Amino acid sequence: MFHFSNIVRTKGDPTIVEGGPSLKRPVDQLARALGWFSIGLGVVELLAPRRVTQTLGMEGHETMVRAFGVREILAGIMSLSVEKNAGLWARVGGDGLDAAALLSGLTSDNPKKGNIALALLMVGGIAMLDYRAAQDTKPRRPPRDARRKLYPNRSGFPKGIESARTAAKQIAAHAKA
Amino acid sequence: MKALVWHGKEDIRCDTVTDPEIQDPRDAIIKVTSCAICGSDLHLFHNFIPGMMPGDIMGHETMGEVVEVGSGVDGKLKKGDRIVVPFTIICGECDQCKRGNFSVCETTNRKRHLADKAFGHTTAGLFGYTHLTGGYPGGQAEYLRVPFADATHIKVPAGIPDEQLLFLSDIFPTGWQAAVQCDIEPTDTVAIWGCGPVGQMAIRSAILLGANQVIAIDCLPERLSMAEAGGATTINFESESVLERLKELTDGKGPEKCIDCVGMESHVMASLPDTLLDRAKQMVMAESDRPHVLREMIYVCRPGGVISVAGVYSGLSDMLPMGAFMNKGLTMRTGQTHVNRWTDDLLRRIEEGEIDPSFVITHTVPLEQGPEMYQVFRDKRDSCVKVVLRP
Repeated sequence: MFHFSNIVRTKGDPTIVEGGPSLKRPVDQLARALGWFSIGLGVVELLAPRRVTQTLGMEGHETMVRAFGVREILAGIMSLSVEKNAGLWARVGGDGLDAAALLSGLTSDNPKKGNIALALLMVGGIAMLDYRAAQDTKPRRPPRDARRKLYPNRSGFPKGIESARTAAKQIAAHAKA
Repeated sequence: MKALVWHGKEDIRCDTVTDPEIQDPRDAIIKVTSCAICGSDLHLFHNFIPGMMPGDIMGHETMGEVVEVGSGVDGKLKKGDRIVVPFTIICGECDQCKRGNFSVCETTNRKRHLADKAFGHTTAGLFGYTHLTGGYPGGQAEYLRVPFADATHIKVPAGIPDEQLLFLSDIFPTGWQAAVQCDIEPTDTVAIWGCGPVGQMAIRSAILLGANQVIAIDCLPERLSMAEAGGATTINFESESVLERLKELTDGKGPEKCIDCVGMESHVMASLPDTLLDRAKQMVMAESDRPHVLREMIYVCRPGGVISVAGVYSGLSDMLPMGAFMNKGLTMRTGQTHVNRWTDDLLRRIEEGEIDPSFVITHTVPLEQGPEMYQVFRDKRDSCVKVVLRP
C-alpha cells in the first residue's frame, strides 16, 4: 500500500507496509473540522467586519463583530489543541452569544432580517455539532474522587530502605575518611 | 515487523513496517524483547516537540538480543548477546564522548544541521525522538537497528529478568544523574518535583546517595504512595501549599537541592495563574514550555543551592525569575542523560540487589496494545505509572 510518509524516509529506514488502526475517532475529526471552521470564520469577522454587518443589516456593530472574531479564533485554536474539549465548550458558549447578537438585530425595520434568520439557522446547526463534539470528547481522565490503586509496598530496595540508607552513610563516612 | 508509528498529534498506530537493515558497518540489529513508554514520549504524542514526521517509529527505552552485526563492530558485540540500548546514540570516539558527555556526542546526529540551527550546536542522535536528534527509528518495535552499536550498548548478563534491566536505557540513569548533579551532602534535603517514573528513580537515587531527607511533590495518590514507599516525605500540591510545607519540613530554610522531573508539561491549575497563562501561550505557540516547576524551584531553593533539571524542555520558557536565581546564588545543572557514564555502577547495584528498578512497572502489555496504552498513561487511568511493551 502507498504511504506518503514513506517518501521522506531516510534510505534504509523501515517504511510502512500496512497501516494499523488509528486512535482518532470520527468525533476527533469533527472537532478538528470545527476548529478550522472557527478560525476561518474568526478571520473573516476580524478582517471584514463591515461586510458582515452589512450582510446582516446591523451596521454600527463592527467592534462587536471584531471581538467575536477574536473569540472564534481562540476557540478554534483550543479546539485543535490537546485541550479540544475546552475549546469545543468555548464554542458552544460562543454559539449562544452569536444567537443573542443575531436576535438583537432581528427587528421589523431591518431590511436584511431574512439573512439574520438564515444565520440563526446556521448557528443552531453548528451549535448542535459543537455540543455533540463537546459531549463526545470529554477527557477520559479518572475523576478526582475515583478509587485508585496505591503502591505502598514498592520500595525498589530489595534489602529495605534502612539498609539502603545505612549503605549510603557508610560510603559517605568512608569518602570523608 | 510490527512497530508503533507516529502519525500526528495523539495518533500513534501499530503498523506493519519493513524490517531494519544494516546500513553501516558499525550497526547491529537486535530482536527487541522488552521496550517501554517514557513520560517524554508523551511530549511527542501531544506534538509539543517540533521535528516529528508521520511514519516515525517511537520508543527509546529498549532491550533485546543481537541478531545481526555489521563488519565494523569489531567483535564488541556478537549474535546472541543480550543488550540494553541507551537512548543516546554515541560514537565513543569524539571529544565529548571521551569526556563522558555522551548525550552531546558530536558525531551521531545524522541531521545535525537541524540541531545546529535549533540549539546552536548539535547534540547526540536519539532513538525515536524527532528529526532534531537524527530522526532515528525508535525501539517500540519487534526489531531495532542500533547505529554505532560497538559503543551504543550496555551488555547485560543472563539470569536477571528484562524488567530489572530495561530501565538502564533511560529512566534509571536519568533519575541517577539528576541526583548526582545535586552533589548531595549527608545533611541535605532534596526536593523532587514529579513522581512519574523518572521522579521515582530520582527519589531512590537520592536515598542511595545519602540524602538526609527526600521530599516528593505530585498530585496523584498512586504516585505519592510509591514515592513514600521509596523513602520520601510527600506533598500533594492539590491539597497542600508546596511553599508552606517545604518551609515546615526544612525549618524555614528551603531544600538545599531541588530536582525537576516534570519538564515542559507542568500541571495546569486554576489556583496557579502562571500555569494557565503558560498553557494559553503554548496553545498559540507563543511559548513552547510550561516552566512552572522551574519558577517554583528557584523560589523555594535554599540560597547557594543546586537545581537539577531532568525533565525535558524543548524550546522557550517565559518569566523565569532570574533575579531570584542570581541573587540567591543558585546553580542549575541540566542535560539529557549521559547514560553510559552511569550504567556500569547501576548494573552492579542491580546485580548486588541494592535496587530493583522493576518496582515502577504497573502495566505490561503486548506491543499491539501500545497505542491504547499511550492514552492510558497520558490520562493516568488505572493508576498507571509505567508501561512495558512486549513485542
